[in-house]
Amino acid sequence: MSRILMKGNEAIAEAAIRAGAVYYFAYPITPQSEVGEYMSRRLPEVGGVFVQAESEVAVGNMLMGAVASGKRAFTSSSSPGISLMQEAISTMAAARLPVVLINIMRGGPGIGGILPSQADYFQSTKGGGHGDYRVLVLAPSTLQESVDLTMLAFHLADKYCNPTMVVADGMIGQMMEPVQFPEDYKEEPLPPKDWATTGCRGRAPRIIKSLFLDPAMLETNNVMLAEKYKLMKQNEVRFEAYKINPQNRILLVAYGTMARICQTVIDELAEENISIGLLRPITLFPFPGKEIFAEAVKPNIKAVLTVEMSMGQMVEDVEAAVQGRKPVEFYGRTGGIVPTPEEVRDYILKILAKKTPAVKSWKG
Amino acid sequence: MNENAQAVFNRPQLFGEAVTHYCPGCAHGIIHRMVAEVLEELGIEGRTVGIAPVGCAVLIYNYIQTDFIEALHGRAPAFATGLKRVSPDLIVFTYQGDGDLASIGTNEIIHAANRGEKFTTIFVNNAIYGMTGGQMAPTTMPGQITATSPHGRNVKECGYPIRIAELLSSLRTPAYIERVAVYNPQNIVRAKRAIRKAFQYQIEGRCFSLVEVLSTCPTNWGMTPQESLKWQETTMLPYYPLGCFKTPEGEVKE
Repeated sequence: MSRILMKGNEAIAEAAIRAGAVYYFAYPITPQSEVGEYMSRRLPEVGGVFVQAESEVAVGNMLMGAVASGKRAFTSSSSPGISLMQEAISTMAAARLPVVLINIMRGGPGIGGILPSQADYFQSTKGGGHGDYRVLVLAPSTLQESVDLTMLAFHLADKYCNPTMVVADGMIGQMMEPVQFPEDYKEEPLPPKDWATTGCRGRAPRIIKSLFLDPAMLETNNVMLAEKYKLMKQNEVRFEAYKINPQNRILLVAYGTMARICQTVIDELAEENISIGLLRPITLFPFPGKEIFAEAVKPNIKAVLTVEMSMGQMVEDVEAAVQGRKPVEFYGRTGGIVPTPEEVRDYILKILAKKTPAVKSWKG
Repeated sequence: MNENAQAVFNRPQLFGEAVTHYCPGCAHGIIHRMVAEVLEELGIEGRTVGIAPVGCAVLIYNYIQTDFIEALHGRAPAFATGLKRVSPDLIVFTYQGDGDLASIGTNEIIHAANRGEKFTTIFVNNAIYGMTGGQMAPTTMPGQITATSPHGRNVKECGYPIRIAELLSSLRTPAYIERVAVYNPQNIVRAKRAIRKAFQYQIEGRCFSLVEVLSTCPTNWGMTPQESLKWQETTMLPYYPLGCFKTPEGEVKE
């Protein structure tokens, strides 16, 4: 397999095509516009469809119409654009429609800025839209992983009939790295799309809906969705352990670009005989909380440090996971500023210098 | 039954057995039936997917027995765009009210029409929000009393009603736009002819097509069914002229 040097946004675009998603609907927004630009060139070559929509609101709804046919379709956007799609995401979750959304996160809140951020953790993992629902959330930290997880996202969306998001900070969208695409891509068998609206000739009509005027029926639908989310928690938790060992004094938890910076810090501190481990969530929902707990409670761990490009979002899930058994510390920068290895290293040394860290309750 | 008897009038087979949920005097039933008849007559019911709106007509799928997708409020044209683009062999139509299409969904209908998306929109204009309980719509007549214009629509604050057929006709791309009414049998025949033409153009893959159907809402207008038919004719018609605004052949007829 040959390796190609690609920009993150373009690698993600090509990965989607390789996964058979040749229907793309989007609205331009920095820092992910290259996905649409790539698709507008590439999709006509593979018999696909590129539609530049009038708004992200329309995008979400075009996607619903497209995936209702049973075909793989997707969009990409950045934070404010994803906000505009939330009503559609909630509805696709309720109606069990498999759709993939790529969020190349930028700084917020509001219009915010166009530089990298991880401040959409709450938005993607805690709902974002209205009602009781969940989306599967995958968070790559390299371009190769962006390719792999984008392809996986389409499979998981179809497997669970559920919206699936790939969230990457703007750094991943904009940088270049060598990637390789699988030459003979095969997927595990998927359930038949016996719900797709393809015209009812020879069968009973199908209705794709999220309206339940009868409260008992609405509750039944929500309970069925909750059972599906439980299955996701059982089957789909993904994470990477980096240099986790019994000598670790601090457990780092970080994802995406921040995890790579933490790996640099861990390597540097190892040379000074300071052992730090990293648990990198790859799925943000379902969250590897049990795995974090198992590492955090080990006697060698003095504290858990969460590092994010936000004011502290994933740290709430880490606190919940650790259940007050160890202090949970947080370091983050925001507004498009990426914490440097030096900053993270200094913060780690500060924690290690603390004499008797008080055990905080998970409420902080 | 006499062996020589010939059925001259039947309910469309495409209509299910559901009991109507519409109020007495509401024209949705007539319009649903016309759509069902046209789909059946053109023999396209097996490859048709309807997009249901938010509003009274969300339950259209209880009546017309084809595949349906429930759209979010105003977004039916975006749903239809997505579906028709990935499945161009399907016949796709949206069925939308005036709160849905002319207020929250103006962006989607204008751009879908302007891109020339090859689906059909049945736009039912009864000058009021029905399902939410009779609030003012962008299509509400000047001076018309509604739940949110208790002293009548004040055009100095709210502007004049939006004429969707004319608005969309100002775009160069969309090709078939006609306004019809259903307050008497003569107009119902014309309305069905327009709906049939709209679907025919779609079958031929020619253009975006929209039929605006002036309708009634006796419940929220506070009128009897008979009064509401009269009101449609005397109050709505002078402001919303009937006729064909655009055809793909380029001819504009009054």
